[in-house]
Amino acid sequence: MSDQDLRSAALVIGHKDFAAGIVSAVTAITGRTDLFRTASNYGLDTRATEAMLREAIADGVRVIFSDLPAGSTTMAARRAQRDHPDITVVTGISLPVLLDYAFAAPDAADAADAAVEKGRAAMMVTRGSARAD
Amino acid sequence: MPIELHRIDDRLIHGQVVVGWGQPLELRFLVLVDDEVAASEWEQELYRMGVPSDMRVEFVSVAQAIERYAAFAADPKPGMLLTGDIDTMARLCAAIPALRRVNLGGVHHRAGRAQKLRYIFLTGDEEAELRAMAANGVEISAQDVPAARVIPLATVLAGEALA
Repeated sequence: MSDQDLRSAALVIGHKDFAAGIVSAVTAITGRTDLFRTASNYGLDTRATEAMLREAIADGVRVIFSDLPAGSTTMAARRAQRDHPDITVVTGISLPVLLDYAFAAPDAADAADAAVEKGRAAMMVTRGSARAD
Repeated sequence: MPIELHRIDDRLIHGQVVVGWGQPLELRFLVLVDDEVAASEWEQELYRMGVPSDMRVEFVSVAQAIERYAAFAADPKPGMLLTGDIDTMARLCAAIPALRRVNLGGVHHRAGRAQKLRYIFLTGDEEAELRAMAANGVEISAQDVPAARVIPLATVLAGEALA
């Protein structure tokens, strides 16, 4: 599978303009526009969102990234996955997750798992301290 | 009022419910009333996956909801009752005199429905069902998230709030 084949098999879905926004950030950083397809659940019920995802799966999508674990995006993806056990669903995504996935080896079977670990590790809290000088 | 909101939302448990309403109302339990979900372990597991660990979910049929409503309402912790369609909520209102306030949270586009709000689309039968509920003393308004304007049923049905 070519690099482009693997990337076009990934779809990002989220609330309102989330997917378009986060994928635009991936493009700004990587310069690539062929990495992820995007979709929104805006104005759709779960059934319509699921139908949209099933169409994408029929069109070659194999990995679905969604924004919120409790969201209807994830519910729809999980329902579609029930009939397509070869589909991987990743939820709670962030920019570090997508960037790691984008730079993974094209044939890496564990690319989604590795990206999730990268996303977890990228989260931190920093607090300022008074300067001594 | 232990059940803070009686909501009609065809997405059932999702972000607006768990986060949008769940956090400001400090919801600690959800009552999901749906005969199909109540009969399916797989569906229940799917919905449970999206709920934080400090929030309890009760999956009940319409009959079970009617039977157990008083116990849910007596729970000292704040909760929300959810149905996925208007007909289910109408059946609950008809059987539970204490259920007198309903939130329209999301009824989305489908063939045969006309748009009333950005997030409310209704068939003629659904509109009639809502009018009948209101005529029987149920206060119905639309509000998708807490920060949004509360829109009375009459305004919704007139399409006057459609942007």
